[in-house]
Amino acid sequence: MTLRVTSPQFKENARRALADRQLQKALGNVEQNFIEKRRQVAAKLPEFDLLRDAARDLKDHTLAHLDLYLEAYERRVTAAGGQVHWAVTAEEACGVVLDICQRLGARLVTKGKSMISEEIGLNDFLLSHDIAAVETDLGEYIIQLRHEPPSHIIAPAVHLNKEQIEADFRRVHTGFPAERNLEEPTSLLAEARSVLREKFLAADVGITGANFLVAETGTSIIVTNEGNGDLTQTLPKAHIVLASVDKMVPTLEDVSLFLRLLARSATGQEMSVYTTFSTGPRRAGDPDGPGEYHVVILDNGRSAMLGGEFREMLRCIRCGACMNHCPVYHAVGGHAYGWVYPGPMGAVLTPSLVGIDKAGHLPNASMFCGRCEEVCPVRIPLPKLMRHWREREFERHLSPAAMRWGLGLWAAFARRPRLYRFATRIAMKMLSLLSLGFGRFRWLPFARGWTKYRNFPAPEGVTFQAAWKRREKKA
Amino acid sequence: MAAATGSRPRVGLFVTCLVDLIRPRIGFAAAKLLEDAGCLVEVPSQTCCGQPAFNSGDRASARAIAEQVIAAFEPYDYVVAPSGSCAGMIRVHYPELFAGDPDWTPRVEAFCRRVHELMSFLVDVIEVERVDVIFDGTVTYHDSCAGLRELGVKTQPRKLLTSVGNLSLAEMKDPDVCCGFGGTFCVKYADISNAIVEKKVVNVVATGAPTLLAGDLGCLMNMAGKLQRMGKTVAVRHVAEVLAGMAQEPAIGEPAKAKRP
Repeated sequence: MTLRVTSPQFKENARRALADRQLQKALGNVEQNFIEKRRQVAAKLPEFDLLRDAARDLKDHTLAHLDLYLEAYERRVTAAGGQVHWAVTAEEACGVVLDICQRLGARLVTKGKSMISEEIGLNDFLLSHDIAAVETDLGEYIIQLRHEPPSHIIAPAVHLNKEQIEADFRRVHTGFPAERNLEEPTSLLAEARSVLREKFLAADVGITGANFLVAETGTSIIVTNEGNGDLTQTLPKAHIVLASVDKMVPTLEDVSLFLRLLARSATGQEMSVYTTFSTGPRRAGDPDGPGEYHVVILDNGRSAMLGGEFREMLRCIRCGACMNHCPVYHAVGGHAYGWVYPGPMGAVLTPSLVGIDKAGHLPNASMFCGRCEEVCPVRIPLPKLMRHWREREFERHLSPAAMRWGLGLWAAFARRPRLYRFATRIAMKMLSLLSLGFGRFRWLPFARGWTKYRNFPAPEGVTFQAAWKRREKKA
Repeated sequence: MAAATGSRPRVGLFVTCLVDLIRPRIGFAAAKLLEDAGCLVEVPSQTCCGQPAFNSGDRASARAIAEQVIAAFEPYDYVVAPSGSCAGMIRVHYPELFAGDPDWTPRVEAFCRRVHELMSFLVDVIEVERVDVIFDGTVTYHDSCAGLRELGVKTQPRKLLTSVGNLSLAEMKDPDVCCGFGGTFCVKYADISNAIVEKKVVNVVATGAPTLLAGDLGCLMNMAGKLQRMGKTVAVRHVAEVLAGMAQEPAIGEPAKAKRP
C-alpha cells in the first residue's frame, strides 16, 4: 500500500528533473529563500551552536533509554484518557487507523501534515476502504489534488509555481465561478481555505503527525504555520496522532530546547506560528476537543537502527535544513529521490526503511560537501552515515561492477608504490604526448562521464615524484 | 619523530596523487612556500591517501593505504598537503579507519595531529604573515568543501593572497558552495555534477576576475574543464602557484605554447 519506490531510477529521475525548466526555477527559490533566512535568524541567537550540542546530547540520551521513555509516555497518555497503539509495520499502522475510523463510521477524515502518513501510504489505503482523507496543510492539499508525493519534508509543494496551482484549483474546484481572479497567491489561499472549512466541519476523524511526544506528560506536539492542524484535531469525534518511535522527548522543558532550533533551522522563523500541545481527549468542562485521542506509534524499521551505525539518524527532527542546503537537492529536487524522504536525510533514512538494494543511488549521489552536516540542528553526521551505506553496498557486492573493478585496480597500484611510480610515469608521459600540446582533452575513452561536459587537462608529462628526484640529484 | 634540523621543521610533503600525476608544478610551488617559510621539505615515496577507496565503501583498501601513508610519513615533524581534501582524509578520517584498534589508535592520533593542509599550515602553524611576490590582476577564490568544513580553511588563503603585491581579490557569490566535483561523484552522476559546476562557473564569470584560484586540484580541474568547455577564458590555478610567484606557467588545461584547440 505504501508509495511506490522509484529510487532505483534515480538517474533517470534526475535527468528528467534537470531538463524541467519550471522545476529548475522553483528550486532556485529554495536555494535563495531558506538559506539566507536561516543564516540571519541563527546569527541573531548567539547560543545557537550550543543549543545544537545540547539537542544532540538530549536526543542521544533519549535514544539510549527509548524503551523506558516510550513506556512512561504510554502510561501518561492512558492516564489522560487516550490510547497508544504500537505498530511494527506500515501495514499495522494503517490497520489501526482503519479500525478506529470504521468503528466510528467515518467517511471523511481531515489530515494535518504528517510524513509518517506518507511513509505508510495512509491516504490510498483509506480510500481503498471508501474513506476519503483530505489533506489540510495547503502544500499537502495541493499535491493531493495532483496525486503527487511531497517533494520536500516541510514544503511539500515547493516544486510548483503559482500558475500550476491555479490550474489545479480551476480543474478541481468546480463550484466556483469560472471567471474568478486567482492571480494573487492570497486569492488561491482564500479559495483553499473556503473549501477546507467545509471539510473541517464535516470530518469524522482528524489525523495529525507529531513533532514531539513528551514522556513526562503524555503530550503530542505539532508545529505549524497555518492553523489547519488545530482545526483538524479539535473538531472531529476522534484525533489520531501518527508518530514514529524517534519523536520521543523526556520533558516539556526539553521540548523548549528543540523548539528554539526547529523553526530557525527549517523556515528561518524564530518560532512557527502555531505550536499546539495535545494531551488526551476532551475533558469534562472543556469547551471543545475530540471525544477520543489515539496515538499510533510506528517502528517500521527504526528500532533496528537503534543498535547499529545508523542510530544517529534517529536524532532527526525533520527540519529540512539539510535539503535546503544541499547542492544535489537544488539540482534535482525532491521527487528524483524516489520515495518519501528526499535530500541528505532521505539518503540515509530511505535505505534503512526500504532497503539499500532499492535506494542504493541515494547515499552515492553526494559529493560529501558537508553542508548538510554543517547546518543540522542535531548534528547528524550525514556524510559519514551515507558512507556507511556505501560500505554496506560494497560488502554485499551491490556497487556497480565497473566501479568495483576500477577501484580494485587502482587500489592494487596504490598499495605498491614502486609499481605505481613506474606505471604512472609511463601513463602520464603517454597521456601528455596524446594531448598533442593542446593542454587539454575534449574526449577521453575512460573518462566519458567527465569529458561529456568538461575538458580534461593534459598532464604535464613528468610526475612530481620523478621531477623531485631529478631536482634532488642535481642539488 | 625525527628531531628538527636546528630550528627548521622537517616537513614531509604529501603532494597528492592528482598533483603528482597531472600538475607537478603545484607540488613545486608548495615546496617553495614551505622552504621560504623555513621548513626542510622532503618527499617520501607515496601514492594516494586512500580517499577514493574510503568514499566508495572499500574500508579494507583504504586502511591498507592509510597504514602505508602513516609508515612513510611518520618520521616527519609535520605532513603537509596542497589539498584540503587529502589532508582532511588523513587528519579527520584516518582515526575513523582505525577506531577500536588499540594497537593503532594512539599512533594514528599522534600522527594525524601533525597533518595539515598547506594554507592552514603556513598561516596557523608557521605563522607566515605575508608572501613577497607580485601578481598583476584580479583573482576570485573558491573554498573547497573538505578544506573549509573539515579543516576550517577560509581566512588563511585570503590572508596570504591579500599580501601579494598588485593582486586584488573579487569574491564570487557563494564561494563556499561545492563545485560539483566530489571525486568519483562527477563521473558516476555526471549530469548532476554538470548542473552544479555550471552554477559555480556562472558565479566565477560574474566576478569578472580573469583568474580563479582554489586549494584543491580536483575542484580546479572540474571548474577549469567546464570554463573551457563553455568557451570562457578564465585562467584557473592552484592558490599556491600565485603565492609562490609561479603563475607565469600555463594555467590548468592551457597549452604550453600559444597553441589552441
